[in-house]
Amino acid sequence: MPRLETRPAPSRAFAVASPLIALALTVACGIALFALLGKDPARGLSMFFVEPFRGAYGISEIAVKATPLMLIGLGLAVCFRANVWNIGAEGQYILGAIAASGVAMQAGPGTGRWIVVALLLAGVAGGMAWAALVAFLRDRMNANEVLVSLMLVYVAEQLLGWLVYGPWKDPQGYNFPQTITFLDPTKIPRLVAGLRVHAGFVVALLAVAACWLFLFRFRAGFALQVGGLAPAAARYAGFSSRAALWTALLVSGGAAGLAGAFEVAGPLGQLTPYVPAGYGFAAIIVAYVGRLHPVGIAFSALLMSLFYIGGELAQSRLGLPKSLTGVFQGLLLFSLLACDTLIHYRVRWRAALPSRAAPAQAGSRP
Amino acid sequence: MTDSLPLLFAATLSAGTVLAIASLGLLINERAGVINLGAEGMMLVAAVAGFATAFHTGSDWLGFGAGALAGAAMAAAFGVLVIWLDTNQIATGLAASLFGGGFSAFVGIGYVQEHLRDRAQHAWPVLGDLPVLGPALFRQHPMVYLAMLLALGIWYFLYRSRAGLVLRAVGESPAAAHALGYRVRRIRLAAVIAGGALCGVAGAYLSVVYTPLWAEGMVAGRGWIALALTTFATWRPARVLLGAYLFGGVTMLQFHLQAAGVQVASQWLTMLPYLATIAVLALLSRNPAWIRANMPAALGKPFHPGD
Repeated sequence: MPRLETRPAPSRAFAVASPLIALALTVACGIALFALLGKDPARGLSMFFVEPFRGAYGISEIAVKATPLMLIGLGLAVCFRANVWNIGAEGQYILGAIAASGVAMQAGPGTGRWIVVALLLAGVAGGMAWAALVAFLRDRMNANEVLVSLMLVYVAEQLLGWLVYGPWKDPQGYNFPQTITFLDPTKIPRLVAGLRVHAGFVVALLAVAACWLFLFRFRAGFALQVGGLAPAAARYAGFSSRAALWTALLVSGGAAGLAGAFEVAGPLGQLTPYVPAGYGFAAIIVAYVGRLHPVGIAFSALLMSLFYIGGELAQSRLGLPKSLTGVFQGLLLFSLLACDTLIHYRVRWRAALPSRAAPAQAGSRP
Repeated sequence: MTDSLPLLFAATLSAGTVLAIASLGLLINERAGVINLGAEGMMLVAAVAGFATAFHTGSDWLGFGAGALAGAAMAAAFGVLVIWLDTNQIATGLAASLFGGGFSAFVGIGYVQEHLRDRAQHAWPVLGDLPVLGPALFRQHPMVYLAMLLALGIWYFLYRSRAGLVLRAVGESPAAAHALGYRVRRIRLAAVIAGGALCGVAGAYLSVVYTPLWAEGMVAGRGWIALALTTFATWRPARVLLGAYLFGGVTMLQFHLQAAGVQVASQWLTMLPYLATIAVLALLSRNPAWIRANMPAALGKPFHPGD
């Protein structure tokens, strides 16, 4: 039976290789799944890894979907490094979208472009407020942040539903549950005319740099990580665990809120019940696959974006359900966690019968 | 109003049964020291497995069996990762929940518009005809009563049997249990699988009896509420049962309020169980010493024999 043996030091090679092995395992599962469904595996895989790159439109869409994933994933990386388990980024994303929509709906035809900045700030504030509830209940009441942040996702979904079916419903919208289409001054500037990729993508890339600086060059970022790794050492050094908790949740909530604001004022252009697209949950996987490192997250967000687009293509061209995306996302995280074991342990294959195993081992060594 | 109160009570029992079975299952694996955040995902996969089986065979019980198998299979995968490969329990549980959400939607797409035929009416022979008590208590699916027996059985197992004592020892002090010669990791895996099977039965009960239909994401946070319930109940079976019915009641209250003509948008009422979970969690967690005194001491901590 194979046995795990603790490595003297964590393997750096496996820390980098593990996401790649996990991706290979997920692709292998994908091939098996396509074959099982009677689809050509090569064609199935090409929907995920070849077709999305066809043409400028495809590349633009990858960036559009990577934007929220990158922003939320960066925030979650800060959170998870502090050992704070904010699982409710989806809710903070919804609140950001709601707050930004509230500002966008105030715009008139003559409103200046400053309103874009205002609605983005409102989005950040909305996400932060939702995360602050988690921080408050954890800080003051010792309530488990996993459960509280998750429950708040369901509350946020209902709040969104109430707004778009009720007070914010477009009076001229044929009774559809959606707000008015936001006016032109509120639109996030696009990077290339005719393509949906918008300024949010640039902001997300800047956020990668900002996150790196915060984590590795600022005292607050350092204190937060020490608190996550070794709470006793952090206390001894005089780092406040409460400050770390609040920083982690406000940063991740603000990032998720910003992502929500970009989404409603960018590609969507109005608030609908379909704003929550699971980015908040997928970003957990993005953060992990990216090794909780800003640069890694930039790449894993692009990868996860491919999963989303691949799922849509598999639906429209192969007639497979779109939920294929979720299956692959879950598989990726599962296999990543399993592969990560190899960072800290090595596998020893202990033979069942030592007397027979010994000569076999000797023979294998030339 | 007098007619609807027994029905509200009956609906509360049925809604509470989903939470009770799942939460009792999670209680077993938490008593052995493993926290499984995959409950929501296991319940979703079990819900679709149970619904599909009941749809094709026409048997509720085969549906529950399929749900139990689905839940147990996912829990086994989770258990091997967490117990043997030493992966982070929180992250692995989340992976199970995310995977379960996607996988159930993927597998269940063909069952979205389907209905189960010929739902049998259950009623106790004489008791079911009693004026008020009959509709309130004695016209439930047998699973509702089995859930109560299950709580009793788990209580007996944990506090009156030798195996239960070993299970608790594994959750309180795995090193001591190991020193006595018990296979800590195998016992934990067995507890995790048992917990997954019960979450599976709960998921199948939801899609086969409670709704009865399949819809994407239909568990709607009940797995997470069941997880919170084990804490609320300080890991005791009788309190889990009580808490489950209380939360079942909160879920049902929204329909009752709407029927009673309360002028509140439905979304605010749907929020109630989630807000109630947060409120109870905050109130009960306020005293960390009290939680620590009741929590299995090794909850969430990995164990390696020979360290």
